[in-house]
Amino acid sequence: MTTEPILETFALTRHFGGLAAVDQVAIELRPGELHAVIGPNGAGKSTLINLLSGDLKPTAGRIRFAGREVAGLPAHRMAQLGIGRSYQKTNILRALSALENVRLAAQARHGQTRLLRIAGREASLVEHARRALARVGLAAEDKSAGSLSHGGQRQLEIAMTLATDPSVLLLDEPLAGMGPEETRHMVALLRQLAADHAVLLVEHDMDVVFAVADRLTVMVNGSVLASGTPEAIRGNAAVREAYLGEAVA
Amino acid sequence: MLPRTRLGWWLLALGALLLAAYPWLVPPFYVTLGAKALIWAMLAMSLQLLAGGVGLVSLGHAAFFGIAAYSVHLLTPEYESLSILVTLPVAILAAGVAALLIGALSLRTKGFFFLMVTLAFGQMVFFLFHDTACCGGADGVSVGRPALGALGVEWTLGRGDRSLVYYYVNLAIIIGLYLGLAFVLRSLFGRVLQGIRVNEHRMQALGFDVYRYKLAAFTLSGAIAGLAGHMWVMSDGRVNPELAGWHLSAEGLLMVLLGGLHALHGAIMGALALTGLNEVSQLITERQLLVQGLVVLLIVLLLPRGLAGLSLPGRRHKAEADDDD
Amino acid sequence: MDFASLFTQVLNGVQLGLLLFLIASGLTLIFGIMNFINLAHGSLFMVGAYTAYVCTSAFGSLWFALPVAIAAGILLGALLERSLFRFFYTREHLYQVLLTYALVLLFEEARAFLVDNDFHAVPVPAVLDFSVPVTTQFSYSAYRLFVLALCLVLAGLFFLVIERTRFGAVVRAAAFDRDMVEALGLDVKRIFLAVFAIGTAMAVLAGALAAPLYSVYPGMGDSFLIVSFVVVVIGGVGSVAGAFWAALLIGLVDQLGKAYLSGVAGMLVYLMMAAVLLWRPTGLFGRAA
Repeated sequence: MTTEPILETFALTRHFGGLAAVDQVAIELRPGELHAVIGPNGAGKSTLINLLSGDLKPTAGRIRFAGREVAGLPAHRMAQLGIGRSYQKTNILRALSALENVRLAAQARHGQTRLLRIAGREASLVEHARRALARVGLAAEDKSAGSLSHGGQRQLEIAMTLATDPSVLLLDEPLAGMGPEETRHMVALLRQLAADHAVLLVEHDMDVVFAVADRLTVMVNGSVLASGTPEAIRGNAAVREAYLGEAVA
Repeated sequence: MLPRTRLGWWLLALGALLLAAYPWLVPPFYVTLGAKALIWAMLAMSLQLLAGGVGLVSLGHAAFFGIAAYSVHLLTPEYESLSILVTLPVAILAAGVAALLIGALSLRTKGFFFLMVTLAFGQMVFFLFHDTACCGGADGVSVGRPALGALGVEWTLGRGDRSLVYYYVNLAIIIGLYLGLAFVLRSLFGRVLQGIRVNEHRMQALGFDVYRYKLAAFTLSGAIAGLAGHMWVMSDGRVNPELAGWHLSAEGLLMVLLGGLHALHGAIMGALALTGLNEVSQLITERQLLVQGLVVLLIVLLLPRGLAGLSLPGRRHKAEADDDD
Repeated sequence: MDFASLFTQVLNGVQLGLLLFLIASGLTLIFGIMNFINLAHGSLFMVGAYTAYVCTSAFGSLWFALPVAIAAGILLGALLERSLFRFFYTREHLYQVLLTYALVLLFEEARAFLVDNDFHAVPVPAVLDFSVPVTTQFSYSAYRLFVLALCLVLAGLFFLVIERTRFGAVVRAAAFDRDMVEALGLDVKRIFLAVFAIGTAMAVLAGALAAPLYSVYPGMGDSFLIVSFVVVVIGGVGSVAGAFWAALLIGLVDQLGKAYLSGVAGMLVYLMMAAVLLWRPTGLFGRAA
C-alpha cells in the first residue's frame, strides 16, 4: 500500500566521539507496514531506534513524524506523541505486577490529567491494560513482572508499549532469547500488529524477518546499504556479500 | 507503603488511640517530649514520602524545616504573637516555594549528585540564617509563639495546659498528614511515583515527564517539612540555625530508616522510637554522641527493614532501588 | 583595591583550594569507583588536625605529626574499608549515609574523650615561623607558602601516579567502568582498599597541615566535608582533574568572597554550585549522563 509515510528521517546522524554510529540515514515508515532493519552487530540499528524513540539526541539530520519535526525531543514527549518502543534488554518494572506495569503504560497515555483520582477506581485504565495483555497473550496479570519467564517478560514488554496506544511501534529485537514455540506466537502477533500500526522491527532472526516484513532496510557501519522489498534485498549482491552470506540462498 | 489488610488499618487505628491516651498516662514533662516527637514524625514523614515513595534521598530537608520556622520569626512583630491561621499558611508556602526552587535545580541530578546537592543547598540555607543579620545570627532568637485563634478571638493557654494542647494539635496534624499522604499514595499520582522508584528510565519512555513528577513530590515533601518547622516554633518558642542544619536532616533520615523505608507509618514509629531512645540514653550517660553513634550503627547493621518490617513477619517488601546510571 | 591584600587573598585562596583538593581527590575516586558515600571524610580531616595538635603539644613539633598523620590515615582507611565499608558498596545510599553519619558522631565523641571540647591554636613550626618578603611592601607567611608548595608537590605526585603508572591506569579505568575492570580479571578488592587507604591518608594529611592555619575545634570537619562535596559535584564524580580545578575555583571564590563580600560569603560557594549544575548536571569534567 502506498500511503504517506508516518515516520521518516532525513540524513539522520549520531556521533559518539569521532565515530558515526548512525550516518546520514534516510528511512521511511508507513502505516500498516512492517519495516525491518537488519545488519551485522555494530551496524547502528539500536542507535537508530534510540534516536527515533528520543532516548538519544541526533547530532544532525531530521526526523518527521505525522507532519511534525521531532528530532531531539525527549523520550517522554515522543511517547506522548505516539511513538512507542520496546527494549532489547527487557526494561520492565520488576517489582510490580504485570498488570500494574501495563496499567501504568495506559495511564501514561490516558491518565495524566486526572492525577488525584484513586488508582483502584479507575476501571478504564485497568480494562485497557487487560486488553493489551490479552493481545500479546499474557494471562498471568497478578504475578510480579520479575517472576515471569523470559518469554513472558518479552510479551510484557510489548504489552506495555501497546498500552500507550502508539501509532508507530519501534520493536528492538522482541524475539531475543525466545524458544521456538514463543517465537511462533510472537511472529503471529507481529503480523497482527502491523495491520493497525506502523512497525519498525530490528531483528537478527532472518527467517522471521523474511516471513513478516513488508520492507527491509540493511544497515552496515551506520549507513544504509540497501532498502526495498524482501525479494529485492534477497537478490541484492552487495547485501549478500555484506551480511546474508550463504544462509539465505 | 500502606497497610495491605484490614487488620493493618485496625492496628494503625489502635496506635492512634494509644497516642491519644498517652498524655494521661505519663508525667507532664513527657507530654512536652511527646509533642516534640510528633513534630519529628512530621519531618520524618516528609522524608518518607521522598525516600520510600519516590526513591529520592535528600540530605538537606531540614532547610525547609528551618525556613518555615524562620518565616514565623520574620513575620511576627517583636514581643507579639500572631494567629496560627496567618503563620501556618505563610510557613508552608515559604517552605514549599523554597522546595520548588531547590528541587528544580537539584532534580537535574541523580543518585550521588542529588544527595550531595541537597546537602549543599541545605548548608546554604543554614549559612543564610547563621551569617546574615536578618535572623538573630548564630545563637538564634526567641519568637512569639503562634496563637490558636483568629480575628481577635484567642485561646490563651497557661503554661500547664500548653503542652497538652500542643500535643493534641500535633497528633491531629499527624493523623491528618497520614491520611492525606495515604490518599496521595493511592492516587494515580502516587502510582507514578511508585513506578519511578522502581524503574525511572522506563517510566520516562512510557510517556511520563519524570522530572515534573519528582519535582511535585519534592515540593510537597518540602511543604510538609515546613509544616513541621512551624509547629516546632509553636512548641519551642525559639529559632536557631541548627534547625536547617544537616545533622537534623540526617536524624530525620535515621528515623525513616529506623521505622522502615517501606511503610508510611514507619516514619512515625521511627520518630517516636528515636526520641524515646535519646531520652533514655540521656539518663544513662553524658556521652550523647557515643550513644547516638552506636544506635545509628546498630540500626544500620541489624535492622535494614526497620521496626515496621519487624511488626508483620512474612510480608515481603522488597522494592528495588532505582538504577543509577 | 589594595594590590598587596588582593594578592594575599589570592594566595590564600589557592592554598585553601589545594588543601581542598587533597581532601576531595580521595572523595571523588571513592565515589566514582566504589559508589560509596562517606560522610565521615570530614572527620578524617579532623583526625589529622588533632593529630597535629597532640603532636605539637606533646613533642613540640609539627614535623613529627606529618608522617604520623599519613600512617594513621593509611591504617584508618584500610581498617574502615576492610571491616565495615566494603559490606555496604551494594547497599542503597541511605544506608551508606547513615552508617558514615554514625561514624561522624563516634569520631566527635572520641575527640571529646581523647582531647577535649575546647578551641586550640596550633603553633606553626618554628623554622617556618616568619614572613617571606614578596614585594617591597608585602610579605607572606612562610608556613602558608610551605603548605602551598607541599600540596602542589602532592598533587603533582598524585597526577603522576594516576596518569603514568599502571596502578593509576587501573584506577582510572575503574572510575570509568568498574564492571569492565572486574571482567578483565583484575582484583578490584585490592584496588578498593588501596584507593580508600590513599584517599584517607590524603585527607588526614590535609588536616595536619591545616591545623596551624585554622586551629582545632569541635565540628571542624563539617564545613570542610561539605565544601569538598561541592568540589566533587562541580568537578565531576570520578575525575581527579575535575577535583583539582574545582577545588582551586572554590578556594578562590570562598577566600575572596570572605574578604570582599562578607555578607554572602558563606553562600557563594553553593550559588556557584547551583550555576554549574544549571549548565552541566554532571559537573565540569563529569561523564555525560
